[in-house]
Amino acid sequence: MPKPEDFNLDHVANLARINLTAEEKTRFSSQLGDVLTYIAQLNEVNVDGVEPTAHAFPVVNVWADDVAEAGLPVEDALRNAPEKRDNMFVVPKVVE
Amino acid sequence: MTYETVIGLEVHVQLKTRSKMFTRVAAGYGHPENTLTDPVVLALPGTLPVMNKDALDKIIKAGLLLGCDIAPVCKWDRKNYFYPDSPKNYQISQYDQPICRGGSVEIELPGPARNVMGEHKRIALTRIHLEEDVGKLNHGEGASLVDFNRAGTPLMEIVSEPVIQSADEAFAYLTALKTIMIYGGISDCDMEKGQLRCDANISIRPVGQEALGTKVELKNLNSFSFVRDGIAHEIRRQTAVVESGGKIVQETRDYDGQTGTSQSLRSKEMAHDYRYFPDPDLMPVEVDSAWKESIRSGCPELPFDKQRRLLEQYQVPYTITSVLVPDGELSDYFEEAARLSGKPQAAGNWITNDLLRELGASKTPLSASKVRPAHVAGLVKLVEDGTILSNAAKEVFIDMFHSGEMPEAVLARKGLKAETNLEDLERWCAEAIAANSKSVADYKGGKESALNAFKGPVMRAAKGKADPKRVDETLRRLLAQ
Amino acid sequence: MPQELFNKPVTELSGMLARGEVSAVELMRSVAERTRKVEPKVHAFNSLDEEDALAQAAASDARRAAAKASGAEVHALEGIPIGIKDVISVAGQPLTASSRMLATFVSPYDATVTTKLKAAGAICWGRLNLDEFAMGSSTENSAFGVTSNPYDLERVPGGSSGGSAASVAAGEAIASLGSDTGGSIRQPAALCNIVGLKPSYGRVSRYGLIAFASSLDQIGPFARSVDDAATVLGAISGHDRRDSTSLRMEVPDYRRGMDELRKSGRKWRLGIPKEYFGEGLDPEVGAAVQAAIAEYTKLGCEVREVSLPHTKYAVGAYYIIATAECSSNLARFDGVRYGHRSKDATDALDLYFKSRAEGFGPEVKRRIILGTYVLSSGYYDAYYLRAQKVRTLIRRDFLEAYKQVDAIVTPTSPTPAFRKGEKAANPLAMYLNDIYTIGVNLAGLPGISIPCGFTGGGLPIGLQIIGQPFKETELLAVARSYEERNDWRNRFPTL
Repeated sequence: MPKPEDFNLDHVANLARINLTAEEKTRFSSQLGDVLTYIAQLNEVNVDGVEPTAHAFPVVNVWADDVAEAGLPVEDALRNAPEKRDNMFVVPKVVE
Repeated sequence: MTYETVIGLEVHVQLKTRSKMFTRVAAGYGHPENTLTDPVVLALPGTLPVMNKDALDKIIKAGLLLGCDIAPVCKWDRKNYFYPDSPKNYQISQYDQPICRGGSVEIELPGPARNVMGEHKRIALTRIHLEEDVGKLNHGEGASLVDFNRAGTPLMEIVSEPVIQSADEAFAYLTALKTIMIYGGISDCDMEKGQLRCDANISIRPVGQEALGTKVELKNLNSFSFVRDGIAHEIRRQTAVVESGGKIVQETRDYDGQTGTSQSLRSKEMAHDYRYFPDPDLMPVEVDSAWKESIRSGCPELPFDKQRRLLEQYQVPYTITSVLVPDGELSDYFEEAARLSGKPQAAGNWITNDLLRELGASKTPLSASKVRPAHVAGLVKLVEDGTILSNAAKEVFIDMFHSGEMPEAVLARKGLKAETNLEDLERWCAEAIAANSKSVADYKGGKESALNAFKGPVMRAAKGKADPKRVDETLRRLLAQ
Repeated sequence: MPQELFNKPVTELSGMLARGEVSAVELMRSVAERTRKVEPKVHAFNSLDEEDALAQAAASDARRAAAKASGAEVHALEGIPIGIKDVISVAGQPLTASSRMLATFVSPYDATVTTKLKAAGAICWGRLNLDEFAMGSSTENSAFGVTSNPYDLERVPGGSSGGSAASVAAGEAIASLGSDTGGSIRQPAALCNIVGLKPSYGRVSRYGLIAFASSLDQIGPFARSVDDAATVLGAISGHDRRDSTSLRMEVPDYRRGMDELRKSGRKWRLGIPKEYFGEGLDPEVGAAVQAAIAEYTKLGCEVREVSLPHTKYAVGAYYIIATAECSSNLARFDGVRYGHRSKDATDALDLYFKSRAEGFGPEVKRRIILGTYVLSSGYYDAYYLRAQKVRTLIRRDFLEAYKQVDAIVTPTSPTPAFRKGEKAANPLAMYLNDIYTIGVNLAGLPGISIPCGFTGGGLPIGLQIIGQPFKETELLAVARSYEERNDWRNRFPTL
């Protein structure tokens, strides 16, 4: 298992798309450091040959037939939009 | 130094389903903005995905047609990245357990001439997986507008091995892939509607070198010819860079088909880390042999297999098959007409020349054509047995195309039936022979072409309604007496 | 004190409604008046729509009259005001998850449980406070104020479904719905002296529940009695075509099933996991739980010690799995289609960074960051995959124990309600508060918390009973056999 000190808060906050204040960085670093240290005890567990559990009660082939149903009227689709124009959602310019 | 090119293509194909991949609102193209959404498409809080069975059927069909191994079990993964066209900011996709692996696409390279079959080869596939499409961003002044109609459409990603060697091969690969998808009813692959999209990874290396060169990803290849032109352009660009002592930079470039130029997409220096993990909202898919077999039983004959069969079974020329085969419906139409008429080549000529010309001119789809295989077969028979002459037959065809009447009915209505009164014909031939003793002598002296001198007067006498074959026969018989 | 309408259980109220002794409108008025009176102290609700609730009640009275005329059957929940955690969607109502991110969001659709409650005739009453996005154990992480424990207003009601628990305890709702990812129903139920049930994973549809950790979340009821919990569970259970993880299993009539089990005189075999009675367990809580176990022995149950050896790893595995899933589930809150949008974003990327920084509270940010980290390149196998394997071992522990026992009995929470602010600065201490409830979610099992006494200071104590997969009827029967022998549930808070 990686070491708690491998944790790079700036990099991860960047991936998560959350700006952090300097104060938050200090606080989170210490709090998450504690949590990661606690989590590191999972290292003690021998998991050789153990299958991972993704679902408590796995079943397969849960699907629906391809039948088109009515969707949301466009005004409902846009009702909660912070900004809209021409029946579309407005976002600030996407800079590649 | 000579260089060789190595190309791998990633092709995205939208599946032709009624509803979306993970929710049942309708999928479609050309609808007013944001009218094909529901709470799931918009990723409203609390919504959950449910798989579309038909999309699974269709990707399995694609896999079977391309000779892939169908995984007995596959799962869904979340590919996490933020982008305004992605409602959940993750895409449901398949990461390490795609539903199809391996397989290949048979392609035909351009032949030495248009009427000669080109070389065939197989392009190996790495994998095919299923995922969901994203919405559409419209870039405006200082802002972008997002339409989520396309979001959630079932999307198949077909990844080739890096084994394509030229722009022509890439073009042939896409063409073959498209034909197979259309044959299978899997997708219409209309690039203008975004139903097929293609990215190319291109590198060059000195001939003989084993290691691959630095690859460049080419995006926005949004028509078949842009794919060919864009790749050709990139190969020239890379060759020029290397030959002038430069180095290829690993990058993504955007090809502009209008200007025939490409430019680097300067992406922010933010490493991609998609944080794939199994989607806990979806259960795995298990494909047993019964399911596979039921799909296999509905698989059509592959286009190139059909072409080989048409060539063999009907003895028609390559040029006819190369027109017929890309269109499965047209090939079926041909086979029906060939069967009904017993004259495949004649039927093939009518279909690939006259029928396609009229359909094209009137923008009529084949399915709406009033001329059915029985019409074509009827016309072929009338020409064969001399009831009608070929120029009159052309007129009959156009009439049938508009009226939908059977050729006999058109003939009767228009009075275009060829003259079959044998007594008249005998008389006209005898008169023509009697009137031209010089040509009789020439013919009897071994000059075969002298026969033509009698035909003009006979045809004139018959007002053009005599069957040339019968005229020919009658003249020879009388001259031999 | 004489029992007011707002303090009565569903079993009693449904009889009164059926006999015409009270109308749904009168009942709703009683609950609404009580709410107006105590809500300033308790703050269980994020929003209330009294007018809408009274209209629903009037409609319920009309339905009942029509049913009476036609002889049609009436559901036990007809006309009963049920509060709904503000993380479960009700069409046309706010859905905030107690987050600034969704402060103005109005949902256009009903969650499946909402549809089912409405079909049963229940009145959807108010939006109940919670820890933001259900992340927390105290309801202190709400962007809209802390909910108080009705038994001690200086203390927390537990969480994350603190509003759901406090409202039922304080007479502001007859029953309520909450969601439980790591104990978010059972722990606040324990701290507020009511019954809280987390069903087997897949028993109740999650469609319309804002996802925290998809593989662990489950909706369940808060109620004043085991019977009431069974009634609400029956109304909301069942396969849903909109939730691929809801299972196609028949929904039993839980109350009839319990009655049949009682009639059969079945003697339960109960397991006491030694790992749940160690360090960190408050002595008063421990004593109350032991007394409850002694009651079971008196009832003729066979009580034996069992071992769940991987218990100490449950919190670690849970915080990897839950945060990983939440980091992805909460990516959709970006200010593009709905939700909080920063006013000073310069471009689309900046919009994400600022909107999310402004919209999420600190606990949500911490968990998203932790979850993003454990999934990030190079760490997946070491954290997420390993945690999923540990999850398998934890699940096996339970299934192994169920070879010997019918149900497992433990404390619900190691401590009674703690003071507001007491653990706010120490997330790890807060996480460890869930130590007895988390294993149940990892294993997908049903679990219930029922009142089992009070501390000397008058704080409620909960008893957790953990059942076998999809054997909610048995679990409820075990819980009721204890409930019938005490009066803890009738010790109402003084407000």
